[in-house]
Amino acid sequence: MKIIVCVKQVPDAKDVRLDPKTNTLSREGVQAIMNPYDRHALEEAVRLKELHGGTVTVVSMGPPQAEEMLREAVSCGADEAVLVSDRAFAGADTWATTYTLSQAIKKIDDFDLILCGKQAIDGDTAQVGPGLAERLDIPFVAYVRKINDCTANTIRAERLMDDGYDLLEVPLPALFTVVKEINEPRIPSLKGKMKAKKIDIAKMTAADIEADPEQLGLKGSTTQVVRVFSPELKGERAMLGGTPDEQVAQLYEKLSPLL
Amino acid sequence: MDYFLSEEQQMIVDVARQITDEMIVPQRAELDETEDYPRDILTAIAKADLYGLYIPEEYGGLGGGCFEIVLALEQFARGCTGVATAFAASALGAYPILISGSEELKQKYMPLIASGEKLAAFALTEANAGSDASGIQTTAVLDGDEWVLNGTKQWITNAGEAQIYTVIAITDKSKGPRGATMFVVEDTDPGFSYGVKEKKLGIRCSSTRELIFKDCRIPKDRVIGRIGMGFITVMKTLDQSRPGIAILGVGLGQGALDEAVNYAKQRVQFGKPIISFQAVQHILADMAIQTEAGRALVYAAAKHIDAHKNDMSKASSMCKVFATDMAMKVTTDAVQVLAGYGYMREYPVEKMMRDAKILQIYEGTNQIQRNVIGQELNKEYTRS
Repeated sequence: MKIIVCVKQVPDAKDVRLDPKTNTLSREGVQAIMNPYDRHALEEAVRLKELHGGTVTVVSMGPPQAEEMLREAVSCGADEAVLVSDRAFAGADTWATTYTLSQAIKKIDDFDLILCGKQAIDGDTAQVGPGLAERLDIPFVAYVRKINDCTANTIRAERLMDDGYDLLEVPLPALFTVVKEINEPRIPSLKGKMKAKKIDIAKMTAADIEADPEQLGLKGSTTQVVRVFSPELKGERAMLGGTPDEQVAQLYEKLSPLL
Repeated sequence: MDYFLSEEQQMIVDVARQITDEMIVPQRAELDETEDYPRDILTAIAKADLYGLYIPEEYGGLGGGCFEIVLALEQFARGCTGVATAFAASALGAYPILISGSEELKQKYMPLIASGEKLAAFALTEANAGSDASGIQTTAVLDGDEWVLNGTKQWITNAGEAQIYTVIAITDKSKGPRGATMFVVEDTDPGFSYGVKEKKLGIRCSSTRELIFKDCRIPKDRVIGRIGMGFITVMKTLDQSRPGIAILGVGLGQGALDEAVNYAKQRVQFGKPIISFQAVQHILADMAIQTEAGRALVYAAAKHIDAHKNDMSKASSMCKVFATDMAMKVTTDAVQVLAGYGYMREYPVEKMMRDAKILQIYEGTNQIQRNVIGQELNKEYTRS
């Protein structure tokens, strides 16, 4: 089974600051990590490889520094890594990102399954997975919490829902986004780390993926950010004290004028 | 301090550190309470390739030596000496095969041990054979194509958890020290069973049990090395393995120092953090000096052992004594710095102090180590 995993480098959520002037994330000096949900996608791909054989290729669109994260992915069991990187990609929203990634994946061409994290913890849009599936015209399942079994042509997975789960069977190739309940990501192995140090990370530029320049980066983005602001806190908070009975009485007193 | 590790050695430290911080530290208090064997942690260590650190590449290992396993053990012991002991015990069980075993035995067992798929254990101690290894009463008698073992081994680390046991037994009582032989016993061999799990002061998540041999029959080819050479294999094994115990003292000392300094920075008395008082600073300074001195000696001894296979005893015993006596002192001081809080199980230092004591006892008491060092000095100065 040939699996592609899309990974994104994000700022470590433990260390997030906002630029007070622009209200955007300040990335200066903030540790960059692999998006935690992508880590679960990678683990699942490696697990499937160990179970059924095959290869795992990690793909990331990002700046040259993302290479470090791709090496980490190799140390955790990925066989190959591709960095899709070009100044022309800067400022891309999810629309332009899915276009860029789809062009890169069309170049890789041979795959049975694409796995992504359900969303990135910086943008939180959860749009790149489904958008990419749409661009590649392959079936898509979100919130996958378990991959049950797969044959040469089909795969079965459980989709996490608010009130349980759906069991789905889809034809391959397909794209899944996964939730953290799917597995426990492994710690890199020593042999993996040695391999990661030596491996050649394949690089793809806008020219390599034969992209239409109009659809890349800020120019190809349909989302325009007009203003970013912190929402003002509204409403008052009151703590009720005393025994549960007393608290109920106080609550009733406060609510009754509103009835 | 910078010990100028190679890139590969630094990777070993990084992988072991991550396992320690993400898995061992969060689980150690519970493992100490439940005394459960840390299977999931050992599985993660196996998946990270660390069981093969000291095993040659031709047997599926990474081809490192004493120094490489020491680097990993130091990190594990910083988290939990019990987990580190459970990991180290497999190496101790494997060394006899690696040191004296036939090519067939190595081919058969080392790849399984290197991958962590099977665990090993070393069985020397008996009720009447501790520091005096010549008191061994377990016997092995050749009967046709099989050896028949009878006797009981005591306080065997990894007993009941390991699948591969290296066991010393008397094969010819009349030959004295040349009358003992080492064997490989597998967990499924007929006539082999375990005693109850011992209740210990510290390193509680490691398994310590008896091995019971009642007409235990094993194939003839399970002999490790030559018949009658058992004690030589045991001595070489322990020379090789002792830096692994010494470094547990260093890791444990570092863990205790970390806890003590962090606490002293936060604990306020008389309106100031207690680290601002010289009385506390001096305790912490001594802890740091001793831990670093222990580390320097163990690293040096491990490198010496990797380079001088025929001259290991003194270096091995010296580092074991120094680093484990140091760990006892440093962990006791850590409890003193945390004082009342340190005595409570809510904080990790009382466990560290309990764990430290075994390091002065097992794999040869520190008194026996001093005997070895003394005898080696006597030999050295006679030669020159």
